Amino acid sequence: MSQAVSTAEDYLAAQRLANLPAVGTAWLDIRRNQARSLLEGVGLPTPRQEDWKYTNIRPITRSTFDPVSGSSGWNDQDFLESIQLPGLNSYRLVFADGILVRELSSCDGLPAGVTIASVAEILRADSAKLENLLGSALPTSPHGFTAMNSSFIADGAYLDIGPGIVLDKPVELVFICACAGEDRLGMPRNLIVGRPGSHASVIERYLSVVEARSLTNAVSEVILEEDAQLTHQRITDESSRSFHVGGLFARLGGDSRLDACSITLGGSLVRNDVLVNLDASGATVDLAGLYLARGRCHIDNHTHVVHNSPSARSRELYKGILNDRSRAVFHGRITVQAGAQQTDSEQNNQNLLLSREAEVDTKPQLEIYADDVKCSHGATVGQLDEMAVLYLRSRGIGESQARGILTHAFAGEILERIELDNLRLHLDHCVSHRLSSVERVVS
Amino acid sequence: MLNVENLNVAVADEPILKGLSLQVNAGEVHAIMGPNGSGKSTLANVIAGREGYEITSGSVVFEGQNLLELAPEDRARQGIFLAFQYPVEIPGVNNVYMLKAAVNAIRKHRGDEELDAIDFLKLVREKLKLVEMKEEFLHRPVNVGFSGGEKKRNEILQMALLEPRLAMLDETDSGLDIDALKVVASGVNGLRGKDRAIVLVTHYQRLLDFIVPDHVHVLAGGRVLKSGGKELALELEERGYGWVEQSVSPSAETAL
Repeated sequence: MSQAVSTAEDYLAAQRLANLPAVGTAWLDIRRNQARSLLEGVGLPTPRQEDWKYTNIRPITRSTFDPVSGSSGWNDQDFLESIQLPGLNSYRLVFADGILVRELSSCDGLPAGVTIASVAEILRADSAKLENLLGSALPTSPHGFTAMNSSFIADGAYLDIGPGIVLDKPVELVFICACAGEDRLGMPRNLIVGRPGSHASVIERYLSVVEARSLTNAVSEVILEEDAQLTHQRITDESSRSFHVGGLFARLGGDSRLDACSITLGGSLVRNDVLVNLDASGATVDLAGLYLARGRCHIDNHTHVVHNSPSARSRELYKGILNDRSRAVFHGRITVQAGAQQTDSEQNNQNLLLSREAEVDTKPQLEIYADDVKCSHGATVGQLDEMAVLYLRSRGIGESQARGILTHAFAGEILERIELDNLRLHLDHCVSHRLSSVERVVS
Repeated sequence: MLNVENLNVAVADEPILKGLSLQVNAGEVHAIMGPNGSGKSTLANVIAGREGYEITSGSVVFEGQNLLELAPEDRARQGIFLAFQYPVEIPGVNNVYMLKAAVNAIRKHRGDEELDAIDFLKLVREKLKLVEMKEEFLHRPVNVGFSGGEKKRNEILQMALLEPRLAMLDETDSGLDIDALKVVASGVNGLRGKDRAIVLVTHYQRLLDFIVPDHVHVLAGGRVLKSGGKELALELEERGYGWVEQSVSPSAETAL
């Protein structure tokens, strides 16, 4: 069915052999072929490309991965139960290496006007529905991985929240990798559409079933129409041997609002790209991010907010905690197009280094082509406040507990934004657990 | 209880304390007064265990233990408390969370059972009254956005909760209006007892109107120049520090 691959050419060859849904659908064939051409043209990223200067994907290209385009039959109910968020009542789709597992998914009681479905199924049954949506929020010059994802489009989640509908429960999308063993490449392709005045909350969770080497190349597109609101939570917690490239690409209509929170807890090499186009006035985006890097892992967050219209608002706060010999990259780009007056934009990146060997590259990039705008940015890289450590210790709190409390507090600013109590508590617990190994910090 | 002997301390090779000796017994309240730069805060910081001070000679013994060997948290667990001159702001950590962690760390050390959230809240509410603080302070990040007076009250609240054997208050009166000063003083007076000692480090006599000390020491040039009873504070108020320096140390004249 598929073959081991390691270069763009190999992935293209595998794509040709893959059994993809709805082949023969004219518009989809064209898009897949366009994406193939793109990937052929740009290839897989190299550090010579500006956006990949600090992230070398050699660990990925050194390995070979099998693109997954069909079900492996994996449906481990016990595993799913073991990773359930206690008390969280959700509509849920579960994907194994990027392919829907129907037996583990449940969307009972879904209100009329809301679609939560498999992209593959929609493409087979009613592909016209997606023609004007799929790919419409992507960057104009996507990098090789995004192009690769678009050339496949095997499966993923399709959410359509009808006009005026306030969804009663969050939608939980669980992407489990390494279900069919080592070296699998899952490429979920998700599409979330918020119709005018709708409200929804979506949780994307990326997990590994075992401690295996795997590659996830996920793309989520978000389209918010007028007055729509979406809370999007993306949690990456794959195995320490996994590679993850993820994209969240959104376009926002008038007075719509996107609150997107990206939490990266695990993975050997993680690259997250976020692109938000504010296409009409009154649109608001709030981007939050938290990354915990340990061991020798590498976490790269590239975000780009584009103000295309006047009177839109963007907020961004990404925080990182780096331990051991880990490395993080933050690149926050803001573009204010000509005519996008009264833009209100703030960006901030803060990093806490818990080890001398940890390293972070943080780069804000503002491009402003309008004259009546309010834009600010800031970036910090630092250690724990030693006066605060002493203060807690002088009250009888042991040193490692004191450092744990302060480190956790640093993360707390992001975690407290998560409105779903069960999710917040779960993440809080995960973060505490990861930080509990923080010992005496080299200062 | 506390015995400081011939203590010499330097900061970045600059001698700050030069042969300071001080003895504090249980049940006593001592006031350490002196001009700016006399080494008052250095003494308090060295006793609490703050880093960055080089002890070149001398000893600090608390209840028979060499204090200088102990980590700051172990000093606190032994019963030493320092009310900071500049209480530290800690964004992201709720006051109540820190207080509970501190109380339980000390209880654990003493072999007492740790308090659960309900019992702790009961205890802390009682102590809040003592310093006339509203409960909302518990749920705000430690000292963040607190006024100067609120920060100092928060220090006294911590002291009341931790019930130290030896409490040192570093310039707790600075920047307080008279009402806040009275609250702080009544919090401190409430802790006075025969098993407990209190050391007030202060620049002004004003605090001593409300917390009457048993002993007053004048610190200058890194040493105790003069010790006496509470009347010494009044005399200082009237005649200034220059008087002590002149009367005790002839070399101080040239310094003036």
